[in-house]
Amino acid sequence: MSQGDHAEAVLAVSALRIAFARQAGPADLAPPAVDLVSFEVERGRVLALVGESGSGKSATAMSILGLLPGSAEVSGSVRLEGRELIGADAAHLRRVRGGRIGTIFQEPMSAFTPAYRIGWQIAEAIRAHDPRRPRGQVRARTLELLASVGLRDPERVARAYPHELSGGQLQRAMIAMAISCDPVVLIADEPTTALDVTVQAGILELLRGLRATRGTAILLITHDMGVVADLADDVVVMRRGTVVETGPVQQIFSAPAHEYTRELLAAVPTLATLQTSQRDAEEEAAPLDETLAAEVRDAVIAYGRRGRGGGVVAVSGASFRIPRGRTFGLVGESGSGKSTLGRAFAGLLPLRSGSIEVAGIDLAAASASRMRALRRSLGYVFQDPASSINPRTLVGDAVTEPLRLHTSASSVERRARAAELLDAVHLPRTTIDRFPHELSGGQRQRVAIARAIALNPTLLIADEPTSALDVSVQARVLELLAELQSELGFACLFISHDLAVVQALADEVGVMRRGEVVEIGPADRVLTSPEHPYTRRLLAAAPVADPVAQSARRELWLALDGEDPEVAA
Amino acid sequence: MTTTTAVRDDLAVPTRKTGFRTLLGKLARDPWAVASSTTIVVFVLAAVFADQLTGITGNDPYTYHQDLLDAKGQPTGWGGGIGADHWFGVEPLTGRDLFAIVVYGARTSLFIGISATVLSVLIGTIVGITSGYFGGWYDRIVSRGVDVMFGFPTLVFLIALMAIIPADVPRPPFIALVIGLFGWPGISRIVRGQALALRERNFVVASKAMGARSWRIVLGQVLPNVGATIIVVTSIIIPGMIAAEAALSFLGVGVTPPTPSWGRTIGDAVLWVRTSPMYLVFPGAALFLITLAFNLFGDSLRDALDPRTARR
Repeated sequence: MSQGDHAEAVLAVSALRIAFARQAGPADLAPPAVDLVSFEVERGRVLALVGESGSGKSATAMSILGLLPGSAEVSGSVRLEGRELIGADAAHLRRVRGGRIGTIFQEPMSAFTPAYRIGWQIAEAIRAHDPRRPRGQVRARTLELLASVGLRDPERVARAYPHELSGGQLQRAMIAMAISCDPVVLIADEPTTALDVTVQAGILELLRGLRATRGTAILLITHDMGVVADLADDVVVMRRGTVVETGPVQQIFSAPAHEYTRELLAAVPTLATLQTSQRDAEEEAAPLDETLAAEVRDAVIAYGRRGRGGGVVAVSGASFRIPRGRTFGLVGESGSGKSTLGRAFAGLLPLRSGSIEVAGIDLAAASASRMRALRRSLGYVFQDPASSINPRTLVGDAVTEPLRLHTSASSVERRARAAELLDAVHLPRTTIDRFPHELSGGQRQRVAIARAIALNPTLLIADEPTSALDVSVQARVLELLAELQSELGFACLFISHDLAVVQALADEVGVMRRGEVVEIGPADRVLTSPEHPYTRRLLAAAPVADPVAQSARRELWLALDGEDPEVAA
Repeated sequence: MTTTTAVRDDLAVPTRKTGFRTLLGKLARDPWAVASSTTIVVFVLAAVFADQLTGITGNDPYTYHQDLLDAKGQPTGWGGGIGADHWFGVEPLTGRDLFAIVVYGARTSLFIGISATVLSVLIGTIVGITSGYFGGWYDRIVSRGVDVMFGFPTLVFLIALMAIIPADVPRPPFIALVIGLFGWPGISRIVRGQALALRERNFVVASKAMGARSWRIVLGQVLPNVGATIIVVTSIIIPGMIAAEAALSFLGVGVTPPTPSWGRTIGDAVLWVRTSPMYLVFPGAALFLITLAFNLFGDSLRDALDPRTARR
């Protein structure tokens, strides 16, 4: 930053360089993970550190707290209120951690010790920095903190163990802990990535409130441009360990100077761009054959045993149809039953009642051999490409596994088909003899897609296929899916929590909540003028990558949120 | 088809690295792995070429050399009769060549140790992988069976069994069979745990969704992913099997004379430890070295196969 010494800067990072020692040879140092990064966080402002995975944003944050592993070499300067932190003694760093700098982690579930009550853990954080405070005061302070982060019943939360609370409640408790010693800086490392959008909106609102009422400086680390647009005042865009662009949030979004920032913003699927010419072209290409690829009628799916207690009902009474060559987007928050329904379509879960028909075969009534035949016409793409491909098989074998199972193709024929499939998903043919771990996340997802289309399926089930990927990679994978669909004409059940992604791909949308489909309709209609209040809240809560539009959405969300009595973050 | 995406950087493919070569490279950098594998190779070669090795000095483990003993049956000469003809000296009371006994003893120990291990690993893997993958009532029954095997007083049972088997049953294969049949529960528990975790992994679910039959999933998807664990467990239980044979022979219910066995020789040598300590030292050192080598090698193998335990 070239602003020089700003009066209000509480945390100044300059020329920060982090290098991790390579395992193999001690002599050659790996290229630095973070190289010459400089920025300043000012009092009462939110600085967002944005970048894709591997950009060094988390390493930067951890180096501020001196929490990097021993194999990291850190140089440069990190000054907190004028005092140097790099090379500071352990006692000083301990006072800073939790005292002057509070930290919020990505996974609230794993950031708390499961064995202790929430209240005890927050009290411990207070006592760590003020050991002589009397017990009663500590307790009062704990409850006050829990109340200040918007938790309804602080007494109950303080008594609860981490597993007894929801993700949103835990993240609020985490924030209570982070602000327990009135820190001047709050480091929030992907604070809402593990949370649902409606919960995320609440947490972001809370952080915004902290900034306003306490004047806390917030260093926000995120990959989500929507979150940046919602919360940040200043933005630092990182790529491969270096800062590519720095500036106020409006400038970054409205007039990005660096090409990478522009690419990053362009890759974010937006809810705003609705009827693009691209979509029309795609619809023309899709065969307008209105025969059904799949249909579900009044499906009820439950886990656990029948009878006594009845188990947990995950899906109750879902009905919709997917025409051939069309995409049906299934949207919902975690626990809404959308993945369960997807698995039922693949015949992996039994129905308790109702029916699912795929390619004219009723799954519930089909014999084992009919079922195997049916699976020829199904393709399945999972969320996490790292775990959906057997790590011990070569890509060529993984891609042609369906051929081995359902056809008598020789190994030469299979290899030829594997090469074709890799071409179809735009992977170089050399990947045929690679192991999955040798490929990047996006490449692995392409392999998974190639495997799913190996037998020209009637129905492709894609369960959150891009949520483990960076936005720029996600954009290309979505492009690929649309392209393959127009070529091969399969129907697609596209399951996602991300409304913008669904809008980019789906013709029809079903919104699920707590096992029920609350709204079904054409994508354009449901995602622009929803009828069900839940859909409306879901849409309002999803942040868009545009600060101006986002502040309007926020107003709307706050208004809707006030109406709904069920809101409990 | 467009080619615009093909030039993007995430489509570049890294150069080929075979897992096996990486593994060998890692092991070669670990001094403990090199030392232990060298020891194992030396012992295996000695056992295989026992005839040629003892042929150098023209000895065998059966011939008595009463001329090398004094009136009390003690070997004459330094260190229990160590010399150019008898590298480890001779046995008290009989004068048999101790080097030949140790070398042929390696043959017995390694044969029983390795074949018992193979049997145990085979049973343990089959039982563990099927009970872990299929689950249900089959798993419940098998797991209770494994619990019974764990609680079973194996040593007492083996001693009793050895005392009653007919003399004409060849001892070494029988011992291997019996030790192997009692050694698998530990492996089956480990494999079952892995299979349970793998069953929920997406690639197994994906295979099921593609219509693969159960045996195909077990062999094609689950087994290769348990492979590394099985290899490590194998190298760690071999010394246990060798020690089990030595223990039975030490107690006098294992390999019968005159077949050489470290355990029996150690048992005999304990009586002579004050007057002829070298009689105990050589077979004892052999047993110690081979079990230590297998244990160390197993540890190194586990470190090399598991990327999380990178120590340097």
